[in-house]
Amino acid sequence: MTGRIHSFESFGTVDGPGIRFVVFLQGCPLRCQYCHNPDTWGHGGEEHTAEDVAARALRYRNYFGDKGGVTVTGGEPLLQTEFVIELFTILKSKGIHTCVDTSGITFRADDPESVKKHEALLEVTDLFLLDIKHIDEEACKKLTGHSNRNTLVFAEFLSERGKKMWIRQVLVPGLTDSEASLRRTRVFLDKLNTVEKVEVLPYHTLGVVKYEKLGMEYPLKGVEAPTKESVQEAKRILRGEEGDV
Amino acid sequence: MMQYKGWEGFVPGKWCNDEVDVRDFIQRNYTPYEGDAAFLAPATEATKKLWEIVCDLSKKEREAGGVLNADTKIISTLTSHGAGYLDKDLEKIVGLQTDEPFKRSLQPFGGIRISESALQIYGYELDDSVREIFSKYRKTHNEGVFDAYTPEMRAARSAHILTGLPDGYGRGRIVGDYRRVALYGVDYLIRKKEEDKLAMSGDMTPDKVRDREEVSEQIKALKALKEMAASYGCDISQPATTAQEAIQALYFGYLGAVKDQNGAAMSIGRNSTFLDIYIERDLAKGLITESQAQEFIDHFIMKLRIVKFMRTKEYNELFSGDPTWVTEVIGGMGVDGRSLVTKSSFRILHTLDNLGPAPEPNLTVLWSKRLPLAFKRYCAEISIRTSSIQYESDDLMRPEMGDDYCIACCISCMRVGKDMQFFGARANLAKCLLYAINGGKDELMKDKKTGKPMQVSPEFMPITSNDALDFEEVKAKFDNMMTWLAELYVNTLNVIHYMHDKYCYESLEMALHDTKVRRFFATGIAGLSCAADSLSAIKYAKVYPIRNEDGIVVDFRIEGEFPKYGNNDDRADELAVWLLKTFMKKVKSHYTYRESVPTTSILTITSNVVYGKKTGNTPDGRRGGTPLAPGANPMHGRDSNGALASLESVAKLPYEYSRDGISNTFSITPNSLGKED
Repeated sequence: MTGRIHSFESFGTVDGPGIRFVVFLQGCPLRCQYCHNPDTWGHGGEEHTAEDVAARALRYRNYFGDKGGVTVTGGEPLLQTEFVIELFTILKSKGIHTCVDTSGITFRADDPESVKKHEALLEVTDLFLLDIKHIDEEACKKLTGHSNRNTLVFAEFLSERGKKMWIRQVLVPGLTDSEASLRRTRVFLDKLNTVEKVEVLPYHTLGVVKYEKLGMEYPLKGVEAPTKESVQEAKRILRGEEGDV
Repeated sequence: MMQYKGWEGFVPGKWCNDEVDVRDFIQRNYTPYEGDAAFLAPATEATKKLWEIVCDLSKKEREAGGVLNADTKIISTLTSHGAGYLDKDLEKIVGLQTDEPFKRSLQPFGGIRISESALQIYGYELDDSVREIFSKYRKTHNEGVFDAYTPEMRAARSAHILTGLPDGYGRGRIVGDYRRVALYGVDYLIRKKEEDKLAMSGDMTPDKVRDREEVSEQIKALKALKEMAASYGCDISQPATTAQEAIQALYFGYLGAVKDQNGAAMSIGRNSTFLDIYIERDLAKGLITESQAQEFIDHFIMKLRIVKFMRTKEYNELFSGDPTWVTEVIGGMGVDGRSLVTKSSFRILHTLDNLGPAPEPNLTVLWSKRLPLAFKRYCAEISIRTSSIQYESDDLMRPEMGDDYCIACCISCMRVGKDMQFFGARANLAKCLLYAINGGKDELMKDKKTGKPMQVSPEFMPITSNDALDFEEVKAKFDNMMTWLAELYVNTLNVIHYMHDKYCYESLEMALHDTKVRRFFATGIAGLSCAADSLSAIKYAKVYPIRNEDGIVVDFRIEGEFPKYGNNDDRADELAVWLLKTFMKKVKSHYTYRESVPTTSILTITSNVVYGKKTGNTPDGRRGGTPLAPGANPMHGRDSNGALASLESVAKLPYEYSRDGISNTFSITPNSLGKED
């Protein structure tokens, strides 16, 4: 089958471990205000077969070393879960480390079909990068246009099935950096058993140009990148490194 | 008992058995080092004071507009000036190009007009007597070349399809084996050269006469080198007996070269592991401390940092600054599997901490997967801190060049003292493609007499249709045009190097080579990615020619998409490979001066900007006058699949067709290399 692809990055070093071939899939249901890839939201993209994408990725396997591999991201890659499963099945047969960068938004715990599909995905995925947009449901809706319920349930689903995950939180001053919400997130993470790492991604304004190009209003006008100190502080809280307070 | 005091304590071998073989000496005597950088010593007080003097002079030089002082009368030779110092009492390694620091020397043998205009730019007036001598009585290289150039060569030169030719400046790129001065002493080297000369007997063909004359010049240069050293109170007739003497003798060899030649790149070779043997010997004997060892190296490097030449504004524009390319290569692996990293490999990189970062000398690490981990870590640390290290693939070059090669300029590899090269600048393939379309008429230049577009090549059949360009037709015409260009290019270089040998011979540098030297005929290519993308556009999209009133195609209208070199897409990349192989095969089919081995390089690092200025609109959509990509780089902004895809495209270019080197300029922000935690 074919997937709709936004672009490829042959030297991905920030989306998962090691050097990775990163596949950006087209399309996303969320409208995160801080999104720096609004060009991946809509329909379109270029159609590629799973075989073609796998062949492209495999050209770089010499660079992957012991840790690297392939990451699918987007957009929301799990809008095209069947494609990802097919791609990863090929890659796993070649011994390549696979990773999905997702918000988990497409997961329906109450829908057996959805559960089955995601279980099949887990079979061929080594690591999930799970993006928790906001721990508070209302705040999350405001920030992304959607509830965070699926995301949190998906995290529990991964944990129950023993699947490794890295939790990611974009730190936006005034929106996601309140101490209280960070602590709440930490409390949630304490319930999970398979979190290998917590990453804090500092908000940046590199996406502004894309909004201009697309003729779109930039929602976070005037919001600055967080300070180094606040990033450190967020890391400390989210990683539970502050001891008993 | 060794023959010389300077050789005591060394493991003997072929190197000391009436031979000149520095590699054999290194292999038998060096101590590989696998440890880390903890042993290194900080700058001494003397080093700090001397460096302050240099910094102060540099500041004054900048304030003076780029040149602090220049000789207008004394013609630079090995012995033209008395001794000069920064601070005689503090310097452990001595020797300046003239009698004062930062005073630029007068080197008119390449061309008197260039010397004169370089002086004028900075407000100096060439002495009348020098002008008279070099215009009436003593011919220069530049004059010789123009006496022999054909009208076609002149036209190609002024249209810039051949660019940067060393016809008015020193060709450089020749690296003497300066280690020989330290290891053998000058008297030994003179004796060996005299033996070589004696063996050149039999029929006195013009070649043999030239060979005999050149070796005589070499011997004279070696004698002058001794005299130069003596003016600093140093005797270099015998092998060096200590580390300080060895570094000093080696530096004198290099200093002689830069007093003799103002070459486009005056690289210094591969010295740190050689010198380490002397330092280890002195440390073992308790003669010096680590701090002293580092001080010698620091003072040596400091001298290399203040090598200066008098150059014209155009020259500095071509090279974006005033580079001297004092390239020193470090590390690499031996063919026996031992690493060539020694403690002195660390010491020489440590100068970037002790003296601060600097572009010169161009410290170049020969990288191998198998280098000791601690050394790799140290290189990475220094790179992060100073951005002052160049890296080259030892694993790629070693199979061809062995384990005692060096780099001239930025990527040309040569076995030290065994190879030399005739530097050949570049042919502009992007412009050549435009000539194929326009039948050899230049897209920018007008004929001065007729006011019509200048016909540079013979009149080839141009593309006459205004339909979308037909790939097979363009490719066939391009192939023909490259046939013409390659022949003209090779012949132009034959003229240039004949005259350089005749009027501006590098007698000292060649004295520090084997007499029977391998010569490379180093051609070069500019505009590779632009030409490849242009062919790809013609093949995969529709490209319509746009003509001016003279019927010359001066622009293109592109309909549709096309694959671009730099995305690991074979469709575009194979066009770049085709270009390289085709052009190189044509170059190889011609006679090259002095049985030299034809090579090519794809390495414009800065001059691509100037070459781009002289190249009109191209079929890939590049606008006329905008820069070509540097070296083998993809065109700016066209690689859209990330770094590895871009690098993989470049890596498809076959090295055996571009033995003088392939360069890819690549910068990356630390954040793009991954996260810290």
